[in-house]
Amino acid sequence: MSDPIMNVNNLNFYYQGDVHAVKNMSLEIKRNQITALIGPSGCGKTTFLRCFNRMHDLYPGHRYEGEIRYEGSNLLERKDITELRSKIGMVFQKPTPFPMSIFDNIAYGLKLKGIKNRAELADRVEQALKQAALWEEARDRLKQSANSLSGGQQQRLVIARALAAEPDVLLFDEPTSALDPVSTSKIEELMVQLKQDITLLIVTHNMQQAARISDRTAFMYMGELIEIDDTETMFTNPKQKLTEEYITGRFG
Amino acid sequence: MASTIKREQTLDKLFSTITFSAAFLVLAIIVSIFASLFKESLTAIETFGFFGFISSTAWDPVREVFGAATTLYGTLVTTLLALALAIPVSLGIAVFLTELCPKFLKPIFGTAIELLAAIPSIIYGMWGLFTFAPLMGEYVEPLLQDIFGPIPIIGQLFSGVPLGIDILTTSIILSIMITPFIASIVRDTFNLTPVQLKESAYGIGATRWEVIKDVIIPHSKAGIFGSVIIAMGRALGETMAVAFVLGNKHAIATSLFDASATITVSLANEFTEADSDLYLSSLFYLALILLAMNFLLLAIAKTFLARKKKV
Amino acid sequence: MTEIAKRKIINTFALSLACAAAALGLFWLIFILADVLRHGIAFITPELFLNEAAPPGMEGGGLKHAFIGQLLITFFAVLIGIPLGILGGTYLAEYGRHPWLGRFISTLSDIMISVPSIVIGTFVYAIFVKPIGHFSGYAGALALAIIMIPVVLRTTEEMIALVPWEIREAAFALGAPYYKVILQVVYRGAATGIFTGILLAIARIAGETAPLLFTSFNNMFLTTNMNEPMPSLTVTIYQYAMGPYDDWHEMAWAASFVITLFILGLTILGRIIIRWKYKH
Repeated sequence: MSDPIMNVNNLNFYYQGDVHAVKNMSLEIKRNQITALIGPSGCGKTTFLRCFNRMHDLYPGHRYEGEIRYEGSNLLERKDITELRSKIGMVFQKPTPFPMSIFDNIAYGLKLKGIKNRAELADRVEQALKQAALWEEARDRLKQSANSLSGGQQQRLVIARALAAEPDVLLFDEPTSALDPVSTSKIEELMVQLKQDITLLIVTHNMQQAARISDRTAFMYMGELIEIDDTETMFTNPKQKLTEEYITGRFG
Repeated sequence: MASTIKREQTLDKLFSTITFSAAFLVLAIIVSIFASLFKESLTAIETFGFFGFISSTAWDPVREVFGAATTLYGTLVTTLLALALAIPVSLGIAVFLTELCPKFLKPIFGTAIELLAAIPSIIYGMWGLFTFAPLMGEYVEPLLQDIFGPIPIIGQLFSGVPLGIDILTTSIILSIMITPFIASIVRDTFNLTPVQLKESAYGIGATRWEVIKDVIIPHSKAGIFGSVIIAMGRALGETMAVAFVLGNKHAIATSLFDASATITVSLANEFTEADSDLYLSSLFYLALILLAMNFLLLAIAKTFLARKKKV
Repeated sequence: MTEIAKRKIINTFALSLACAAAALGLFWLIFILADVLRHGIAFITPELFLNEAAPPGMEGGGLKHAFIGQLLITFFAVLIGIPLGILGGTYLAEYGRHPWLGRFISTLSDIMISVPSIVIGTFVYAIFVKPIGHFSGYAGALALAIIMIPVVLRTTEEMIALVPWEIREAAFALGAPYYKVILQVVYRGAATGIFTGILLAIARIAGETAPLLFTSFNNMFLTTNMNEPMPSLTVTIYQYAMGPYDDWHEMAWAASFVITLFILGLTILGRIIIRWKYKH
């Protein structure tokens, strides 16, 4: 269970104007686990996360150094970014339903993969909605606009949309910070269930959340990896002073 | 799989190239407008020069002598008069809309102003020709003549036979047409005045008018200036409303009750009748001058409004 | 009189003037609309739409030829102008965000919106009518399309820019290539706004007269051949209004009424759609 799905080796990332946002990070992402990235805001954890699906490629002037080894090669050098992104999905801070129906939202990623058969689409949409625990609430309103869902439901819809593409890895960028506590706990339950099938990487501002759901936790500070360990160890017996200070709330 | 990726990349490139071409078309059109008008004007430019053309009051298709002075004069006089009439009214409307209008009336009034701007100029022309000009000729202008006529110097402005087809009527109609443009831009800039600024003025005991005069209007100067320039460009280029009520007379008018001609009216009336190359070329030359004036004004207005947005 | 009393009187006076200005604006609007309504509605008859022009001085003519001409010219203008405007706006909002060229073209379009429409008419005359040797419906449609392009382009740009950036990232994150993100996600999000922009652009060209004077020119006869001089409602209004016959004036009023109704209807519809959109 603990073989790594991805190896990050000496990763550096620069924004336009040579802003050094991720500094020499090396770590392993283990298969079928939840890895949490914590750290004070501006520490580079979201920037780090967005390296995995090459989201930075959308903007000019970025630069990667080092490697993220995935499927036997450095994903930072892959040319087929769109294919990479369908394997490494992403869920954002704010729910991002597309301006279309619930059904079409989930079918969208499938259609991108070239699935056109209506029966198969319907089947996969249902499956994804069930996986994201939204089926019961949405089954009678699949044709309605996705904007008619509540914030928490929208976020589960977005997760279902990502799941429908059958990714290996899902990246979560503070997925519950815009949600109420009830919706948050539903999403957390969902994430724990999902690790049976996929690998999850989650950036969170909320240390309790990291402690509740993750298997391993990485602490970042000013663009550097300070420490990574099993979550239990990290929260009970961190090796670094800085980690301890952050976890106990003395700064951040 | 590799071929799909290749295909997607090709399509991506194709789509961005298509959209770029469409955007680039705007630039291409503007350049070709200038270039083609210049090319068509060449005969007239070579014959009359620039200062010779704009300073000559001649407009004689029979002897083939053309100058822009009369139409430029008509264009500028009607435009400036229209601005003088429209600016105070527009500012009043903007003040009303931002500071006085009850909330439930705002959308109705806003729509009304927008409708006034949406009415096409040919309708202003119809209304001007059949309804407004006769009213002016029969009632308003004789009245003005009675009041101001006897006064020396000023009286000259109100001399002649008031027929309603003249500079005054045209300027009033133009002012009605440009009022909604100034009013809506000024309203938007008024709305940008920071609330704290207004409140601090109220806080030291200023009346509502004093807040408007001393805080809101100074804060909106660039917007007011920009909107006036845009309106000016509009009035310069207005054709149909003017064509109905100005009379197309190539002469330097000295009375508000004289008929006159503008660049646009000359174009509208004479373009398809121009029977010689030099005549047509002179009309193109007028169009080029109008375009250049308009372009310059708009560029100035854009700079001012853009600066406002940044602050 | 105390200073305060004086200031209060000035305040009341100035604010009354502002109210008077607003009343004046409303007065003109009602005056003009009521006038067009009053004159126009009396002459709206079935013959107006069913008959073609009668010879000058004869009774019983209609404007069927001008209605059909107007529709054809507008249709072709929309066919050329709207796709180009939408694509250009897409470039400015999506690809052209960073390069200076994008901002430059955006500003240029704003200026082009204000170029006098009669100048566009002379331009199309120079590049299209003159080389071909005769006026034509196509030339009129081209002139109107040139007027539409910057209007549609700027609205599209603004409406697309309103689609939240996160939505695009979410689509990219699913592995969508940029053109699909735009075509399938961004356009859907901006559809209502772009549609409204198109309505307003059509309203704008529907009343244009000046650019048609020396492009599509006019024609007293019904034609569906876009390669011939083509009548339009607006040019016909101008010609009839300036003409000497009473029944011409009546038809000009009737045509004015129809055009005004059409344009104000589109404008109000556009506003309603925008308000409805913002509510949701």
